[in-house]
Amino acid sequence: MGIISRNFSGRRSGTDVKLPPGQYLTTDFPVLSAGPTPRISLDRWEFTISNGSEVLRRWDWKSFRDLPSETVTVDLHCVTRWSKFGTTWEGVSLDTIFAGINTDAKYALVHSYGDYTTNLPLEDLMKKQAWIAFRFEDQDLAPEHGGPARLLVPHLYLWKSAKWVRGITLMHDDQPGFWESLGYHNYGDPWREQRYSGDE
Amino acid sequence: MWRVRTVTALRDETATARTIVLKVPDWPSHVAGQHVDVRLTAPDGYSAVRSYSIASAPNQEGSIELTVERLTDGEVSPYLTQELGIGERLELRGPIGGWFVWRPRQTEPIQLVAGGSGIVPIMAMIRSRVASRNAAPFRLLYSVREPGAILYREELRALSTQDHSVTYAYTRTTPKDWPRPPGRIDAAFIADTIWPANVNPTCYVCGPTSFVESAAGLLVASAISPEKIRTERFGPTGDRK
Amino acid sequence: MSSQRFSYLDGNAAGGEFSYMFVHDITTAAGQCSFCGTTRPFAEAHLYMQGPGIVARCPVCEHVLLRLANVRQRLMLDMRGMTHLSFELSDAQEPA
Repeated sequence: MGIISRNFSGRRSGTDVKLPPGQYLTTDFPVLSAGPTPRISLDRWEFTISNGSEVLRRWDWKSFRDLPSETVTVDLHCVTRWSKFGTTWEGVSLDTIFAGINTDAKYALVHSYGDYTTNLPLEDLMKKQAWIAFRFEDQDLAPEHGGPARLLVPHLYLWKSAKWVRGITLMHDDQPGFWESLGYHNYGDPWREQRYSGDE
Repeated sequence: MWRVRTVTALRDETATARTIVLKVPDWPSHVAGQHVDVRLTAPDGYSAVRSYSIASAPNQEGSIELTVERLTDGEVSPYLTQELGIGERLELRGPIGGWFVWRPRQTEPIQLVAGGSGIVPIMAMIRSRVASRNAAPFRLLYSVREPGAILYREELRALSTQDHSVTYAYTRTTPKDWPRPPGRIDAAFIADTIWPANVNPTCYVCGPTSFVESAAGLLVASAISPEKIRTERFGPTGDRK
Repeated sequence: MSSQRFSYLDGNAAGGEFSYMFVHDITTAAGQCSFCGTTRPFAEAHLYMQGPGIVARCPVCEHVLLRLANVRQRLMLDMRGMTHLSFELSDAQEPA
């Protein structure tokens, strides 16, 4: 750490809410990206669940939007240290998406339009822990924040909430995704500060 | 790598841009076009890093200058342009970069194209040319939103002794009685103002990414070879990173 | 024009981070994209720097050239997206 800059605090606000370790509260919504914003027209958009050799389910935009959705308010924690509290999303629960799919796969590899991937245990997508979200703060999800639809898994660091989601591959063996293969933690629990591989 | 440097002077260039003069006693010298990384650390350990082009020409005086444009929703620029005082210190890393540079040993004609704060590294090139008494002919096309945004106006006026040596393009508001309506530079503007392709200039284009892509594209369309164009992109708002 | 279309910087912006690892300036190094074969100076790569790490993409096909992350003070560099990176050791004393 270097010298302290008098009166510099960055874009953060002081507060007494409980933050995960090492996080700072922000009131804006930073746009972080590993690549260009994909432009997907709704008439070409689709979301698939596959088991690696065949597609188990596929939705186009209309059939996806026909699924029951819910509105949730959650806190977001990004591994780059900002947290944003009380964000409201509308999305389809992964419990709904996986209803009727039988699998003994334990892991999920999430794919985005573009080349982004992220991995997590399948059980972390279930039991009201994850959504395919298409509206944010009462508006259609903007492209820079992952629209038309993104994964939302708020109990893990935000890099697991893949933007521009296009599908999930069910796997028996875990496979690290884009950031996981570069030294980021395989699971990513903000409350245990699991930022990097090797963190307990 | 990171060195602590002291602010020795401040100079407001426009209503939103300020030049910061730093003492750099053992500076390894720099080349016009290079930048430094600046790191700010809050008392709780939070830190932010931004890149700023060096505005000053290489000199023997042990000082460098950075010109910082204050962005309304910036995280670092409001601190640098409004809080940082003379005698205070900054952490710097650099000089950095070897691509977007001009060296006095270059003798070919030079076409400079700057958008907004992209003028900063380009001004370092202009100043370096003056300091080294280099005789290569330079032309500058400088695009700004409005007249009040022009940096180094008086210095550029003193240098613009020939036709087309300094041309301004205004994208939002022009000066009174300006012959052209406000707008982004286009092929006709390029054709009227830059070195013709047969002069075979080396071109430097700097500014926000969208400006650089557009301007570089126009240069190529005007028959300048892509290998003769060097670019440096600042972020969409003109802020690096 | 949407500013999101131009949300990238270029290879010049990564010069400081790479100075930890390479003595020679990386922006003038020529890199070949392993996907489309384009060879360009690294200064022209499209850089996405705001996420958990730096991602450099080919300016022609947008495939990832390299990724760099600072993971607990260990720099992780993945360069599988480039077939090679070449540095010219010319008479020019390139500043680091």
